[in-house]
Amino acid sequence: MKVSQSPWILHYDGSSCNGCDIEVLASMMPHFDVERFGVINTGNPKHADILLLTGSINAQTAPVVRQLYKQMPDPKVVMACGICACDGGIFKDCYNVMGGVDKFIPVDIYVPGCAVRPEALIEGVKKAIAILDEKKEKMKIAMKQGYCTVDYGRLAVHTTAEDYDAQVQSDAEPTEETEETAGEEKAQ
Amino acid sequence: MAVSIVVRVILYILLAPIIGGLLEGLDRKIAARMQGRQGPPITQPFYDLYKLFNKQTIVVNSIQVLFIVAYLIFTIFTGSLFFGGGDLLLIVFSLSMSEVMLVLAAYSVNGPYSAMGAQRELLQMMCYEPMMLLLAIGFYVSQGSFMVNDLIRVSRPAVIALPGMLIGFAFVLIIKLRKSPFDLSTSHHAHQEMVKGLTTDISGRDMGLVELAEWYDTVMMMGFTGMFFVTANPLSYIGAVAACLAVFFLLILIDNTHPRVKAMRMFGLSWLVILVCAGTNLLILNLVK
Repeated sequence: MKVSQSPWILHYDGSSCNGCDIEVLASMMPHFDVERFGVINTGNPKHADILLLTGSINAQTAPVVRQLYKQMPDPKVVMACGICACDGGIFKDCYNVMGGVDKFIPVDIYVPGCAVRPEALIEGVKKAIAILDEKKEKMKIAMKQGYCTVDYGRLAVHTTAEDYDAQVQSDAEPTEETEETAGEEKAQ
Repeated sequence: MAVSIVVRVILYILLAPIIGGLLEGLDRKIAARMQGRQGPPITQPFYDLYKLFNKQTIVVNSIQVLFIVAYLIFTIFTGSLFFGGGDLLLIVFSLSMSEVMLVLAAYSVNGPYSAMGAQRELLQMMCYEPMMLLLAIGFYVSQGSFMVNDLIRVSRPAVIALPGMLIGFAFVLIIKLRKSPFDLSTSHHAHQEMVKGLTTDISGRDMGLVELAEWYDTVMMMGFTGMFFVTANPLSYIGAVAACLAVFFLLILIDNTHPRVKAMRMFGLSWLVILVCAGTNLLILNLVK
């Protein structure tokens, strides 16, 4: 038995045109049926293993995404679905859009597409559950070594000392000030 | 005699999780087929349980763990009483005790969704508790004993004297096992208005324990159903198992064809069904005697 045989998904829409969300729901429907792989679409971050994000992130949804990520128990995987979630997509230059998901939380799988195809989504889920197993193994080793596995203050999972990189944007907790300056820079 | 009780209790403690897990797997498979999907493998609930035990457990309030373990222990205790051939009244009371533990676990985390789920669970308890008590009384009036050991050694199946009770019990089973349209406190289906209700703030290992307790609970409830059909004749056990499977299939069918109802509607409907079916049954039983 593996952890990856029962991946429960939490789906959150950052701010998209809803095209990807409809495809996400389509992949749960009879024709594609991801429940074959044990996938359940839970609405609860505390039960979820995979955070499935669609749409770009704006100032209002950024704290929500961060909180959802924080609330999920380890091991967890983040999937950015659709080009908007990957890097902002067609809405990249909007005044309110702050960019892709990876500016706020560490992303493991990028699934491109506009809108993302259900086939691509299913492949993404298959890749995500492979990573889930890997992370579980890492967690086990880290637990044995007595190394602190989770650092919620820094919003990322550091299973070993080498994993931690202060230069990675997602590792730094953005404050209101840094977000303001980022917005001003963009406006200029 | 005493040895056979111990054997039966040990068999229940060992086999109930396996049977309960398979029943849930069957539930998901049949539900998927009803919706035209392929559905997960029948062993999926075991994968889920294994996953939950291997996840990080986020404990909001440390007393929560105590209540969840108590929920599991009381559920196993209730089931052991039942399959050990104990007193029906004691079983009913210890059953409500186990539910109260789960409600307390949800209340202790102080989250809005958990609290809402706990309130609704209390309401659901109000709906099925009268039926459980009436069931015990019905068995006593018709067979003259509260002990399960005596009730399974009768000459003719209890369902002949208690058909209304069986209908009422099957109805409250929907509420007890949290199937739609009465899955108000927490639901196995995604996307409802209060996240996961009762189990919102229970994660990882604790959630696994809750699932395990639910499997024990399902098997015990199927045992209650079977008790309507069991007689001194060993062949009657086959009929009882068939009846249990039929009731379980009916539950899945209702689960997949009915949208959820409001809490007050559930309350009114369940008490109406209990009064009309079980109440009339009890009345007639008293008159005939």
